[in-house]
Amino acid sequence: MSGFLTTLRRSPGDALLVLFAVLAFGYLFVPIGYVLAFSFNDGGRSNLIWRGFTLDNWANPCGAPGVCEALVNSIQIGLVATLLATVMGTLLAYALVRHRFKARGAINVLIFLPMATPEVVLGASLLAQFLNVGASLGFWTIVAAHTMFTISFVVVTVKARVATLDPRLEEAASDLYASGVETFWRVTLPLLAPGIAAAALLSFSLSFDDFIITNFNSGNTDTFPKFVYVAAARGIPAQAYVIGSAMFVLSLLVVLAGRLLQVRRSRTIV
Amino acid sequence: MAALVDAPPAPVPPAAPVGLNRRRRATGWVLTVPGLVWLALFFALPIALLLATSLMVPVPGGDIGQFQPAFRIANYTEALAEYWPTFLRSFGYGLVATVVALLIGYPLAYVVAVKARRWPTLQALLLVLIIAPFFTSFILRTIAWRQILADEGVVVQTLQALALLPGDGRLTATSFAVVAGLTYNFVPFMTLPIYASLERLDLRYVEAGQDLYAGPWTTFRTVTWPLSLPGVVAGTLLTFIPASGDYVNAALLGTSRTQMIGNVIESRFFRIVDYPTAAALSFILMATILVIVYVYVRRAGTDDLL
Repeated sequence: MSGFLTTLRRSPGDALLVLFAVLAFGYLFVPIGYVLAFSFNDGGRSNLIWRGFTLDNWANPCGAPGVCEALVNSIQIGLVATLLATVMGTLLAYALVRHRFKARGAINVLIFLPMATPEVVLGASLLAQFLNVGASLGFWTIVAAHTMFTISFVVVTVKARVATLDPRLEEAASDLYASGVETFWRVTLPLLAPGIAAAALLSFSLSFDDFIITNFNSGNTDTFPKFVYVAAARGIPAQAYVIGSAMFVLSLLVVLAGRLLQVRRSRTIV
Repeated sequence: MAALVDAPPAPVPPAAPVGLNRRRRATGWVLTVPGLVWLALFFALPIALLLATSLMVPVPGGDIGQFQPAFRIANYTEALAEYWPTFLRSFGYGLVATVVALLIGYPLAYVVAVKARRWPTLQALLLVLIIAPFFTSFILRTIAWRQILADEGVVVQTLQALALLPGDGRLTATSFAVVAGLTYNFVPFMTLPIYASLERLDLRYVEAGQDLYAGPWTTFRTVTWPLSLPGVVAGTLLTFIPASGDYVNAALLGTSRTQMIGNVIESRFFRIVDYPTAAALSFILMATILVIVYVYVRRAGTDDLL
């Protein structure tokens, strides 16, 4: 780290670049700082102006009506959609890399298109369909929508991992009389695990944070982003900031720990 | 596109010629069925239905929100005639947000990927910081911006005190606020793929450029930039597509004069219950974006991204 600073002193161009990066990071973190700070605000219902420090909001995160129901919905929807999308996307990715189809080009287009389609269009078209078949909007329509738009991201992420897989490992397994299913469970799947885990994490965060598609297909069911958006008209209760802050701190710690562990491991191996 | 965020695939020895018997091919199909059915049911079918809806006409004498199948192309021409300025504004905002996000994201990615390369722990930390904004809800962050830039907020008051902003000037409810919000939301999407490209950049190429007496600018233009182009293309797509279709930033940070096409589609659907116009607008938006993406990717010479 001190080596980093010495290098900077030697090159003014680099120092300028680093200064820019520091400013850019500052820009990224301004609203997060705001959310963290106002989670401690004794601001009453609307939480618009700073009225003094309090721990009450953190002591009672479900204090605002509806906020925890919305959070629980978001988590449940995220988990179900992630499970569905990860399983289907992984199978799809594996088949696309390992098997040859005539329709491969068409399948790739079908997977790419949802990622290139604006969310309003995805949301609006699904709503039109649900209205047409008379489906009642709620938990399961949201799950269907989230699974749909996260599958593509799973396929792309897992495909990259399948491409790095040495096919000879699977051939060795079948040479040793493992059946196709056995080979998949005991050789292929463990080797793909990091890619699948990354894809699942990505799906969950995409689902958890989605607002636009959800807003079209949720009916009266609230998710956390929808709760915040609707509440914004009247002023957001401090509890929403508490939940946002807690989520931020928790994920930051988990990801930091994972990353640093990875760096350390790769160092000891090299 | 997201594949670019991951580590580069290590070279794999070519697969031994596999006897593709019929059973194996059948297994391949079975694996794809659940995912493909899901995408067909909840993506392809709705889009086809949207196309049908966009050509419908109101049921004569029917209630509001009742439409019957038809083939009314005029839905499209009327929608365009009324909303072309909104389309222009959406793509304009999307473009400006993309360019500014590139101007912020590229140097940021460069510092993390190249300058911090010799300190893996620092690099890992900085990478987490780039992703960190995703850890709070983007709606919450956008609302935080609205609060920060609000008329009675610190920023406006300070700017007014310094006479950088007229006494009745405001930052929210302006085009500036909407574009700033869009830019903010998508900087990480821009930075990550560029980081992934630059992280793989072999610095010996840069040294070679310098050895051949190229100045820093020439080296950047002829060596670093072309090698990072796949990341730049992926980042600009990941920013431009959602930014031009967004309506949250315009709804939270703008006014009716800064409406984007997403806002119109949303209100046509929910408030005015005019499904055909909403569907026609959605289709025009989707088609325009696909054409832009296609032309852009072709021109950048990065076809393999698709």
